[in-house]
Amino acid sequence: MTDASLNQANRSLTRQLWIFAAGSFAFGFALVPLYNVICDVTGYGDRTKLVQASTFTAPEDVNRTVTIELMGDAPSIGDWEFRPEVGSIEVHPGKLTEAKFYARNLRSQAVVAQAIPSIAPLQATKYFHKTECFCFTPQPFDAQQERELTVRFIVDPKLPVNIDRLTLSYVMYDAKSTS
Amino acid sequence: MAHAHDAHAAHDHHDDHGPAKGIGRWLFATNHKDIGTMYMLFSLLMFFIGGAMAMIIRAELFKPGMQLVDPIFFNQMTTMHALIMIFGAVMPAFVGLANWMIPLQVGAPDMALPRMNNFSFWILPFAFTMLIGTLFVPGGAPAGGWTMYPPLSQQTGEAFPMLIFAVHLMGASSIMGAINVIVTIMNMRAPGMSLLKMPIFVWTWLITAYLLIAVMPVLAGAVTMLLTDHYFGTTFFEAAGGGDPVMFQHIFWFFGHPEVYIMILPAFGIISEIIPTFSRKPLFGYDAMVYATASIAFLSFIVWAHHMFTVGMPLAGQMFFMLATMLIAVPTGVKVFNWTATMFKGSLSFEPPMLFAISFLFLFTIGGFSGLMLAIVPADFQYHDTYFVVAHFHYVLVPGAVFSLMAAAYYWLPKWTGHMYNMKLAKAHFWLSTIFVNVLFFPQHFLGLAGMPRRIPDYSTQFADWNMISSIGGFGFGLSQLLFAYIVFACIRGGEKATDKVWDSGRPQGLEWTLSSPPPYHSFETAPEVK
Repeated sequence: MTDASLNQANRSLTRQLWIFAAGSFAFGFALVPLYNVICDVTGYGDRTKLVQASTFTAPEDVNRTVTIELMGDAPSIGDWEFRPEVGSIEVHPGKLTEAKFYARNLRSQAVVAQAIPSIAPLQATKYFHKTECFCFTPQPFDAQQERELTVRFIVDPKLPVNIDRLTLSYVMYDAKSTS
Repeated sequence: MAHAHDAHAAHDHHDDHGPAKGIGRWLFATNHKDIGTMYMLFSLLMFFIGGAMAMIIRAELFKPGMQLVDPIFFNQMTTMHALIMIFGAVMPAFVGLANWMIPLQVGAPDMALPRMNNFSFWILPFAFTMLIGTLFVPGGAPAGGWTMYPPLSQQTGEAFPMLIFAVHLMGASSIMGAINVIVTIMNMRAPGMSLLKMPIFVWTWLITAYLLIAVMPVLAGAVTMLLTDHYFGTTFFEAAGGGDPVMFQHIFWFFGHPEVYIMILPAFGIISEIIPTFSRKPLFGYDAMVYATASIAFLSFIVWAHHMFTVGMPLAGQMFFMLATMLIAVPTGVKVFNWTATMFKGSLSFEPPMLFAISFLFLFTIGGFSGLMLAIVPADFQYHDTYFVVAHFHYVLVPGAVFSLMAAAYYWLPKWTGHMYNMKLAKAHFWLSTIFVNVLFFPQHFLGLAGMPRRIPDYSTQFADWNMISSIGGFGFGLSQLLFAYIVFACIRGGEKATDKVWDSGRPQGLEWTLSSPPPYHSFETAPEVK
């Protein structure tokens, strides 16, 4: 190869490789929507399912009992007191059940809170229907105000038989940090 | 040497000049040999800085209870040790080797893009000054682990943006280095050198360079998302805004697993060069080696989630990632068997590079097997985040990648400097390293299986004995490396004159051995003919 044609070849290959690198950078960001699509398709930890009310009804299966463990956390100490009123409840699939959480704003100014739910194990997410939940909307609190928050839910009788215990957990964030 | 230099000058149409004088030779270096030297000396420095951090970790873990450092500083040490060793020691050392050896092995006068080569090296001192500088800012260095998982990494103090930008710079440096390697290999091979006639080290680097371009930008994207979450109100990984911290782990390990092979494929190339030389036989199964390397590179993209089995994923996902991971054992096994077959009935001799290569073969395989154990999902639930994982990846990285680098240094150092090094000391360095590396890391398997978690400064007294042994191995290994530095610098300063072939006996093969030792500053200005 002559010097000129080698320089030309080097330049063109270099350009292609930079485009490849730029494509990889874009691919990193494309993984974000891709990840959400996979969660939606499989129903694992499905975000829309977790934060939207559903109108589910099914006959109660009195022969089966599922233990629901309840958890309430705040991301940093000193902002919130937030806990379930009971640690766990036993329910029959198909039965509408109510659980209550206690929340108190520990700060001396008003705050709007947003609770973020999650369910473990993840594969139970699509069988857990919330008809009403304090996590569907932001919750305003006055300074030092304490409130009782309610969630109503039905466990789908189609819940896989190997699951007899699931955890419903909420983390209480300040809504100002939500987008 | 003078004679060879004159012979080259006769063919030269450009200004033929030796190295520039003074510091300018290094600051404005465009010569692949100078840049390769700087890369390797830089990585040696980082190896000792990262090693000093490891000594602090092992000193704290020498006995149960808190003795020397506070827990936050301990966590800073584990985090910084990993970042410095991966991005500062192992990766630049391989890039330095690529700079030195690829033009010599393919018969090119220099790297294809010498100015970019200079830039990609000189970014590194800035990146690592910034990274190491985090130790001195309020809040201290990053302490949430080198994987930078949110939300923990978001609690890093003022070091946070420095960490992110240091990672960006390292990534930019690696990408430019990789582009240079690919362009050199694709466009500048000597006439007659078809792809399947290339030395195996060149092949492994070609594939590694593609891996780098494919995944370093993904890491850059992931840390950019951390940065915008921290300062610009995005919520990629913040549950409060609808994001998901687990998604960071998926993106990170999509980079992280190919990164593992970025650090081991060039090592495979080095071992594949050294074993034939000292077995006095051609490499067994050259084509199989090339295809095995390519298969490992491909598989590295579809196994990332085995780093995060415990975060919760569908059973089908766990099965897929488990089986794909185990599949990697097949091409890796091909390589191990080919090296063994190369030695079989060979006329072996045991110079320092060969000793390190054989040690690599044994000890890397141990690390490979513990990797297979970790690939088994139900077993991984027990091993996850224990010292078993620490033992596994140190076996593949220290007696794996690092030993291959030492083997490469001992193999090519006489070619680079023109001097033989002190063989007795080098063999002593080998035995000290091999014994202490096992004293250091083998007990960590037991600790992990017994349930000792990683990244903790204190532990239950039941783990005391093996930790003490491991620490003794650590101090021994660390001190032994001072001997390595001494041997290298003594060899640069002088020593018995090396012949062109360096290692007598008809072997070694390859264009680099047709040049004088040391090679002229400008080599292969007229391309050699390869038959």
